[in-house]
Amino acid sequence: MQLFPCPFCGPRDETEFHYGGDAGNARPDGADVPIDRWADYLYLRSNPKGTAREIWVHMSCGEFFVMERDTLTHKVLSSTALGGEYAA
Amino acid sequence: MTRRYSALSLFKEGLAGQTGWKQAWRSPEPKASYDAIVIGGGGHGLATAYYLAKNHNIARVAVLEKGWIGGGNTGRNTTVVRSNYYYPESVELYGLAHRLYEGLSKDLNYNVMLSQRGMVNLCHSTAEMEIGARTVNAMQINGIDAELFSPEDVRRVAPIYNFSPDARFPVFGGIWQGRAGTARHDAVAWGYARAASRLGVDIIQNCEITDFIIEGGRCHGVQTTRGAIRAERIGMAVAGHSSVLAAKAGFRLPINSYALQACVSEPVKPILDTVVLSPGAGVYVSQSDKGEIVIGGGLDRIPSYAQRGNLPTLETVIAGLLEMFPIFGQLKLMRQWAGIVDVVPDSSPIIGESPLPNLFLNCGWGTGGFKAIPAGGTLLAQLLATSKHNDISRPFDLDRFASGRLIDEAAGSGIAH
Repeated sequence: MQLFPCPFCGPRDETEFHYGGDAGNARPDGADVPIDRWADYLYLRSNPKGTAREIWVHMSCGEFFVMERDTLTHKVLSSTALGGEYAA
Repeated sequence: MTRRYSALSLFKEGLAGQTGWKQAWRSPEPKASYDAIVIGGGGHGLATAYYLAKNHNIARVAVLEKGWIGGGNTGRNTTVVRSNYYYPESVELYGLAHRLYEGLSKDLNYNVMLSQRGMVNLCHSTAEMEIGARTVNAMQINGIDAELFSPEDVRRVAPIYNFSPDARFPVFGGIWQGRAGTARHDAVAWGYARAASRLGVDIIQNCEITDFIIEGGRCHGVQTTRGAIRAERIGMAVAGHSSVLAAKAGFRLPINSYALQACVSEPVKPILDTVVLSPGAGVYVSQSDKGEIVIGGGLDRIPSYAQRGNLPTLETVIAGLLEMFPIFGQLKLMRQWAGIVDVVPDSSPIIGESPLPNLFLNCGWGTGGFKAIPAGGTLLAQLLATSKHNDISRPFDLDRFASGRLIDEAAGSGIAH
């Protein structure tokens, strides 16, 4: 069992977390967004091998956060609550 | 050149003390250029090379493999072959693969040990039986064999299932496909490799792609750890590593890579002669010809390139297995492993030209690529040879994500991924 760091609760079992996609995948805004831009936002993923910046949610407490993680070694590099620079 | 395999050749080699067997495929040095390059020496890549030579008479082909052939997901799956899908597009695709599998041993002159022992997808409630009937009807209308099983039918094919009154996943019936079964996964890779090599294809192992050669906005070959290799037509069939290669080519794909685990028990006497899938338990099981119980389940829910898998998912799978078959509680697990699978939002593959002209894609098979190998190879070969889609591959083009014409086969994967 791997432990993931929830910014609110601290280290918890991986099974309590849910993956929420690439961090920084901003929703396009406006009425004239081209169709390819929508497809990019909805479906295309970076899916890096190595360091990844991802949105995760700790389902037990409801905290959404950005986790930096290595997808090959599963080492966690950082864990930051959404807000501040990530605020909507 | 490698001789033809037959009962007679087996007999003769037996008399000669098995000393006369030749290497099954050549291992040549890479040439500077080819008519076509296939990246990835798994089942799909090797099949693509074979059908390029066989169906399209293009034999100046190189298969470039980072490690050893069949060492990725082709050697890591649970060997199930089936075509019990819902949508007509999927039925055409997996139906083609299934038919080709039925003639594959003869076509390749290599025994892939296809064993059509049947597969039952269990239904655990009245509501699931209604969905099961709908699936069976859809399959029959699309021309695929299917039968709706009663609890008695299930008891007949899988008498060791947990039919006790307090079972967590009681049997209300099931979806039966009699032509489904298993095939020897390594033999599929080796058989395609040998047959392709006999037709002149160069299979080059330990050859990793480091970059694409892009000139005038088109792909003209690849840089590899064994030097530059040029071609005007390049296909890639690299499953879980598709996004990594796409990044080198300058585009992104609608793919997330996850680990999919499987495990086998120690070999035991014959006890299960069909494939049983329980959507409730999230587990499917068969018994290999060697006697091992082969167990598969759902994805690890953490995006990953680590070919190992994590304990919580394995625990869930084993718990589900014991609920289905309490008798297996005495079994010892022999091996556990994982492959990195390329999961697409609609659980359907991507076949077609990539955003980089001259580079063609065969990816996104996710958790179910093994059963599709002959079709994936046939369709990518046609694209490479003619630059045109077969009617069967057209709906699976990358353009469906912009047009919105998704083919949502989430249920077709059998297990909720």
